[in-house]
Amino acid sequence: MTVQAPAMTEGGIRLQGLVKTFKSPEGPVHAVRGIDVSVAAGETVALLGPNGAGKSTTIDMLLGLANPDGGTVTVFGRPPREAVDGGLVGAMLQSGGLIRDLSVRELVAMMASLYPDSMDVDEALEVTGLKNKAGQRTQKLSGGETQRVRFAVAIVSNPELLVLDEPTVAMDVEGRREFWSIMRAFAARGKTVLFATHYLEEADANADRAILMAHGRIVADGPTTEIKARVGRRMIRATLPGVDPLRLAELPGVASADRHGDAVILNCTDSDQTIRAVLQQYPEARDIEITGGSLEEAFLELTGEPDDEATELVTG
Amino acid sequence: MSWITYTRYELLRTFRNRRFFVFSLGFPLIFYWVLAAPKHNQTIGGTPFTWGLYYMVGLASFGTMMAMISSGARIAGERQSGWTRQLRISPLTVRAYFRAKLLTGYTMALLTLLLLYASAASLGVSLSAGRWLGMTGLILVGLLPFAALGILIGHLVTTDSVGPVMGGLVSLLAFLGGTWFPITGSGFLHSLGQLLPSWWLVQAGHVALGGQAWGNRGWITVAAWTAILAGGAAWAYRRDTGKV
Repeated sequence: MTVQAPAMTEGGIRLQGLVKTFKSPEGPVHAVRGIDVSVAAGETVALLGPNGAGKSTTIDMLLGLANPDGGTVTVFGRPPREAVDGGLVGAMLQSGGLIRDLSVRELVAMMASLYPDSMDVDEALEVTGLKNKAGQRTQKLSGGETQRVRFAVAIVSNPELLVLDEPTVAMDVEGRREFWSIMRAFAARGKTVLFATHYLEEADANADRAILMAHGRIVADGPTTEIKARVGRRMIRATLPGVDPLRLAELPGVASADRHGDAVILNCTDSDQTIRAVLQQYPEARDIEITGGSLEEAFLELTGEPDDEATELVTG
Repeated sequence: MSWITYTRYELLRTFRNRRFFVFSLGFPLIFYWVLAAPKHNQTIGGTPFTWGLYYMVGLASFGTMMAMISSGARIAGERQSGWTRQLRISPLTVRAYFRAKLLTGYTMALLTLLLLYASAASLGVSLSAGRWLGMTGLILVGLLPFAALGILIGHLVTTDSVGPVMGGLVSLLAFLGGTWFPITGSGFLHSLGQLLPSWWLVQAGHVALGGQAWGNRGWITVAAWTAILAGGAAWAYRRDTGKV
């Protein structure tokens, strides 16, 4: 446990007017198109968005692995490179393996030695559940175990800012559950955590706040409860002639109601409740469809535009 | 001293990679025993040198050059796995990173030399202590440009192409440096060779054959290549932050 040195983490994280464009044979790819984010020290923030939204590019700029074409990044009041050199940042990048021919313990110790205020190596192995794998060579690990070691490498530095780019990709359900509980315990030490995910549930369960990205822009930023309400909606569609949409809008769990001829479309915050009420009050309703908005669909709704450029399909 | 721990694990990793270790050290030795052992006592036509001595010298420069440059293949592999990006988001400095790579390269080079010397000695090759030391010292200095070249290649090419790039480059440098055939006279190849670091590495070995240590020209050439290639390696490492 460390006591926060306020001066060290002052200013939190600030991304201002960030722009990044890549060249490709099909023309420029606008991976990030001007984003502004402030994260206070101690916050846990999810960067949420479909593939190609620009999350990884944003994280690369935050870590100093990519230089923005426009805008600035500061991490605790200094440029990313300085924060990294000062040992304030730990990260688990999106994809990546380990170097071979070392044991798990040796690899974690090797990385720990680079940081001024690192965690005890055995403690890092203990919290990431690697204690019984400590002597195993890194090339003999399973995919899930490799992810754990990468996580151990990220937290053994005892960073003020922990950045995780889609960390649970190679993990099974149990592995994910454990992973997030370790992450939350780490965040509870007063650390700042930023993680990218394309699962709304992960953001909802593990972050205080979610930032939604689509097409290189931020489309929503707020408490996870609010974000969930905005993108976690389902639509109920039914043939129901002669009922006033205004009355339908008063049904439980309905955010808004529309009519197109004989069809009504209910935009629901709680479709389970709504459908029960619909069947009870309007037994004549037929052709009922409930569609779950995928995150991608929700984003399209929020951004109000389909993929406007083919090049945006390239993963960012 | 964080870099000591880091370097220690880098060395440990090199020794534990048996295939790399055995092949790196094994090839110069096999070459030596195949080429030199059958006629080790006889002199090579027209020279006062025995086969045993001549090939010890030739393989000393070639084997150590290989040992140094092959660090590039390991680096290319580390980049492929994404590990280099992980290092970039740690406080490891360029200097400490290079130091660790340099020390592992030199360890392999020294082991190559020791094994060759031991083999040669067992075949009855004997030299004065001064010549052994002179040759060894000068070779170690002459390897500096190759250490930088290995790092540079490792950060520029991918694992798919590192084999051909390295093989081609080593063959060319060894040939033009006069490793296999002495390039004599004052022709184009002779002038070109003298501009290369491999030429001076071969000359360093020739100290054992009674050759002169480097003159100004040798020192300047080696220093210039070291500076250029080290600058190139630092540039390549700094820009190498993307996914491979």
